[in-house]
Amino acid sequence: MENEGKEKEAKTVTEVNLKEDFQASGVADILAELDKSLIGLKPVKTRIKETASLLLVDKAREKLGLVNESPTLHMSFSGNPGTGKTTVALKMANLLFRLGYVRKGHLVTVTRDDLVGQYIGHTAPKTKEVLKKAMGGVLFIDEAYYLYRPENERDYGQEAIEILLQVMENNRDDLVVILAGYKDKMDKFFESNPGFRSRIAHHIEFPDYSHNELLEIAEVMVASMNYEFNEESKKAMAEYIKIRKKQPHFANARSIRNAIDRARLRQANRVFNNSEGPVGASFLSQIEDVDIRQSRVFSGGIDK
Amino acid sequence: MRVTQGTFSFLPDFTDQQIHEQVQYCIDNGWAVSIEYTDDPHPRNTYWEMWGHPMFDNPDAAAVVYELNECRKVYGSYYIRIIAFDSSPGWESIRLSFIVNRPADEPGFKLSRTEVKGRNIQYSITPYSSDKPQGSRYK
Repeated sequence: MENEGKEKEAKTVTEVNLKEDFQASGVADILAELDKSLIGLKPVKTRIKETASLLLVDKAREKLGLVNESPTLHMSFSGNPGTGKTTVALKMANLLFRLGYVRKGHLVTVTRDDLVGQYIGHTAPKTKEVLKKAMGGVLFIDEAYYLYRPENERDYGQEAIEILLQVMENNRDDLVVILAGYKDKMDKFFESNPGFRSRIAHHIEFPDYSHNELLEIAEVMVASMNYEFNEESKKAMAEYIKIRKKQPHFANARSIRNAIDRARLRQANRVFNNSEGPVGASFLSQIEDVDIRQSRVFSGGIDK
Repeated sequence: MRVTQGTFSFLPDFTDQQIHEQVQYCIDNGWAVSIEYTDDPHPRNTYWEMWGHPMFDNPDAAAVVYELNECRKVYGSYYIRIIAFDSSPGWESIRLSFIVNRPADEPGFKLSRTEVKGRNIQYSITPYSSDKPQGSRYK
């Protein structure tokens, strides 16, 4: 009896309230959080918002019986190191979970090592194990292009790619795959693996951060560690970013985090050497400009 | 004769969707789910062959249904069951077990009576299918 009632109800759905759906799904919270917690990344945020509304409308259309097939959700994130690809993937998993496209919403992060085996017959079970773990959630493959090594024709990566493609196609309802990596290498990877290109619906590019954005990121990072900059150290940080950005191996936000970690080290050293008697919290959490200016970057060296 | 055993033995066979939901219940309880198969339906045949390892760290039941379908591809004409193992301290045993695949034709069991001393009778049952050697039953 109860079931009958439900069926009747399902059949009589003739209109949906998108705004209500939007509120109920909790997507608004995630988008707001995305806006707040991630600095810069304008194009990425816009793409995610577009994707979210597409998926929301798709769900509504499904309710009205306008679509039967589930959309392809596999994505590719391309951008330089430290531009927030993993962070956004985590948010994406949560977003898809709220929208009801994945059942659990967990994120499984893997690289080539986790998928490709060392000897014949090792790769397939290894890849399947990872895929099974990611079912109901999102599989994030970092530096995906390493899966394909054209210079070695006996490379087992090809086997992993085949299994991946098969599961991406046949178990579309069970998991979402996100491939990530540097822009140029990703392009080459897709060129040589057209199967991937056609199975991925959303290509999102992550731009590099500007000077101001990096400085803002530095401030957020420092604040999250319960430290603080003063006027001089902020200026020093801005200068540091300017010089560091031109050096090789610059990894955007990751370089900034490393720089801050080293500044904390020097700060601790300075505080320890200069302190006599009891000290307060503000003394322990103040990062002075000397802590930053001692960096090798200012004397022409390179911070790793 | 339809062989029944395990948790839902009085219910009709489950669909994949129903299997998915039961398995999800097991996973949500923290039990490790595994798949086993056999071609010997004797009720005293307790230990079936394992299909892969028990799945300890898959948060979603789709993984189990996926493996079940892989198993069906190879042993589609065998009995396949799903068991849930509870490793929490003090239990360490099977919490739940149910058959998810069975041969199209189940010939049943032969009941044999042996008259022993003092007109007593010993009963034993033998599956008709086990007349053939292992691996060539249910073709």
